[in-house]
Amino acid sequence: MTTAMPDTGFFNFPGAGPLWLSIQLAATTMVLLVVIGTPLGWWLARTTSRWKTVLQAVVALPIVLPPTVLGFYLLIVLGPNGAIGSWWVELTGEALTFSFSGLVIASCLYSLPFAVQPLQGAFEALDRRDLEAAWTLGASRVDAFFTIAVPQSARGYLSAVVLSFAHTLGEFGVVLMVGGNIPGETRVISIAIYDQVESLNYASAHQLSAILLAFAFLVLFTMFVVNRRWERT
Amino acid sequence: MPLGHPIKLLYSLVLLPGLVAAAEPLTVAVASNFVPAAEAIVVRFIADTGHAARITAGSTGKLYAQISNGAPYDVFLAADSERPELLEAGGLGVQGTRATYAIGSLVLWSGESRFDSVDCRKYLEDLGPDHIAIANPEIAPYGAAAREFLVNIGLWESVEPKLVFGENISQTMQFVASGNAILGLIARSQSVDRRLPKATCNWPVPGSAHQPLEQQAVLLQRAAGNVVAAAFLEFLTGPVAREIVVRYGYTVPQ
Repeated sequence: MTTAMPDTGFFNFPGAGPLWLSIQLAATTMVLLVVIGTPLGWWLARTTSRWKTVLQAVVALPIVLPPTVLGFYLLIVLGPNGAIGSWWVELTGEALTFSFSGLVIASCLYSLPFAVQPLQGAFEALDRRDLEAAWTLGASRVDAFFTIAVPQSARGYLSAVVLSFAHTLGEFGVVLMVGGNIPGETRVISIAIYDQVESLNYASAHQLSAILLAFAFLVLFTMFVVNRRWERT
Repeated sequence: MPLGHPIKLLYSLVLLPGLVAAAEPLTVAVASNFVPAAEAIVVRFIADTGHAARITAGSTGKLYAQISNGAPYDVFLAADSERPELLEAGGLGVQGTRATYAIGSLVLWSGESRFDSVDCRKYLEDLGPDHIAIANPEIAPYGAAAREFLVNIGLWESVEPKLVFGENISQTMQFVASGNAILGLIARSQSVDRRLPKATCNWPVPGSAHQPLEQQAVLLQRAAGNVVAAAFLEFLTGPVAREIVVRYGYTVPQ
């Protein structure tokens, strides 16, 4: 499922494997969440259904739930005897717990609000007249969505992409419960740091933590800078 | 998993004398594998002496890291002798208070129905796609012993791709008990836990297959001169505690 780490000098330090794995997990989750979050955010932004508030609350759950709650339920549902896990075993011959695929599912749930909420906000702020004009001029709904709605929601997409990626990179509790700490498969950066601290390898823990800290700051900083530019124009 | 009564009873026993005496209770840091036995010992200690005591659980490595960073524990019950020795040498453990309180062993354990008819030891030689759980060898002594055993029987290379690593031996047991891993190398003390599903595989790993799991306790510097802590250590190696230790699947030093 995962690809081997590129064998370059930059990646040649202890903890590079978990870092690379985390980047793959975060990127996969980010792509999936943009695909899932677009129709979901669109529906939430447009609907007048009374189910809207219910769905909104469900989407926001991972923000307030302890990761252990999510991890506990996932362990049961994704396990070889669980509802989804047993189906997956029949399909692929492998269990979902302790696997990269399982972590992708867990991360999509864990980071869902961080993709859906910015998209929903952007779609709500759209000027409906532009869309209606496009429809009147004969553009299909899908066509109008991609040529009008998406470019106008660029800030929402930027936030969704950045936040879902960064939030997944920082995932710990859920992975600790359903990951099983397998090198190259589920030993992500946060777990590796935890291991290093427990084995008193503080030098290595410092190195990995500093990388994450710098990365998290840079990503958020860049997002705010870009946002501010857009505000001015 | 019905966790109800024993735990509740324990908490009431642990907390009530603490409230009455209004003194800070003794805090015992216990390696995960020994928690059930330690709970029983603490309950007896409280009943026999009237002192208050409570338990903090975790992997030996984690507890050691916490103690090294000033965690407020009075007594450390490790799953090995290495960490207590390090603490004593580094001045965080009180000189001359180290004592072996239990000697642990591993079992190959499963609750999977397929091992009703198949020998689970054979499974190690002819692996399927399922996961096998051990504790993280870098952090947990039981994990290190499990790795040593697998290396010694020449199966480490073939088993390694199937391994999942519990953060401590309790999580390792949970991986197997929940069926997420098909087999696990867990502490014998855990295999006698009545909360586990019925065992279909419960093979004791010979003690000769790995370094002895000599579990040592040490009085921590914070509790130097604390009479309750000293009394607990004495109680731990005394006849009442030894009987409990044996009942929970350990052997005790002669």
